[in-house]
Amino acid sequence: MTLTVLVINGFAIVGLVLSLLKDRAKTKQALKVAWKSFNRIFPTIVMVIIVIGWLLTFVSKAVIGGLIGQKTGITGVAIAAVLGSVLFIPALVSFPLAASLLKSGASITAVATFITTLTMIGFVTFPLEIKTLGKKVALLRNGFSFIIAIIIGLLMGVILR
Amino acid sequence: MKPDIKEQKTESPRDYKLIRDYAIVAALLLITFVTGYFFPATGTRIFQVSREYFVELLVILPAVMVILGLINVWISKDVVMKHLGEESGLKGAFFSMLLGTFPTGPLFVAFPIVAALRKKGASMGNIVVLLSAWACIKIPQELIELQFLGFKFMAARLFLTVIFVLLMGWTVDLIIGTTERRSSHARSDRPQ
Repeated sequence: MTLTVLVINGFAIVGLVLSLLKDRAKTKQALKVAWKSFNRIFPTIVMVIIVIGWLLTFVSKAVIGGLIGQKTGITGVAIAAVLGSVLFIPALVSFPLAASLLKSGASITAVATFITTLTMIGFVTFPLEIKTLGKKVALLRNGFSFIIAIIIGLLMGVILR
Repeated sequence: MKPDIKEQKTESPRDYKLIRDYAIVAALLLITFVTGYFFPATGTRIFQVSREYFVELLVILPAVMVILGLINVWISKDVVMKHLGEESGLKGAFFSMLLGTFPTGPLFVAFPIVAALRKKGASMGNIVVLLSAWACIKIPQELIELQFLGFKFMAARLFLTVIFVLLMGWTVDLIIGTTERRSSHARSDRPQ
């Protein structure tokens, strides 16, 4: 049990107890929401976890390192940024994936960029975004997000070296 | 933990998606089992790696979901929504970000809300901040990031993201604000 696990679970338990003391019905509703969300994300989690298993078994450190590793420089960052933009992986499961990439030789910059574009840029939802915000703002937001994802990644590389 | 099958009585798109997801899981498991049958060493390795990550996720996921549920019922979004207007400045941006961090589902859920807010007079910059926060600084996400990438990684990325998202909202406001003022005489409502 790591500290993180203890803190998160402790937080949930304290919150749950406080909520129960205050309002039973609302707490029940909260648990319902929790269970529903869990159910919805569960198959995706299993999916990504199996893919991680395959990834770490078959794709060698040399391959991942050569693609998005420390020495690939700006090319690696660009690859990570583009991959993150076009892929559609729920954010919650992108973190185990990111951890597995880091473990197999990807650079911190590439991984941070990947997570940021993955969450902030919606290639799949882009049409919907145009409909609600207009073409200009949608383009601006996604374009800026792409750029700041790379900047954040580069800064992360400097901070966490 | 077995999937809850009794929930599929109606044929809503979500049920369809769930069934499809489980079908993909079944296919992946099958491929892995077949591989493991012919190449035991490889199969064992895949399962070992998968199990390791699975356990790491399972020890926090229920707690994360409970936190998500509690925020969902206890914190009213309406209060926050009131503070997103054109003149709201940094406070508005802050509220937009706060609203975005509520655990409320994927990005496409945000678009109808954002459209409603825009009609009620929220500034474009705040909308952009809200959307970005919604996408990448959700509370459950940060918790999972903490678990898998560690405190330093999570904190540094959170800090940088907050700063750059605010900058982005401000910049978008500058760009859109000027063009809107310029075109406000000849209102151009033509469809794009």
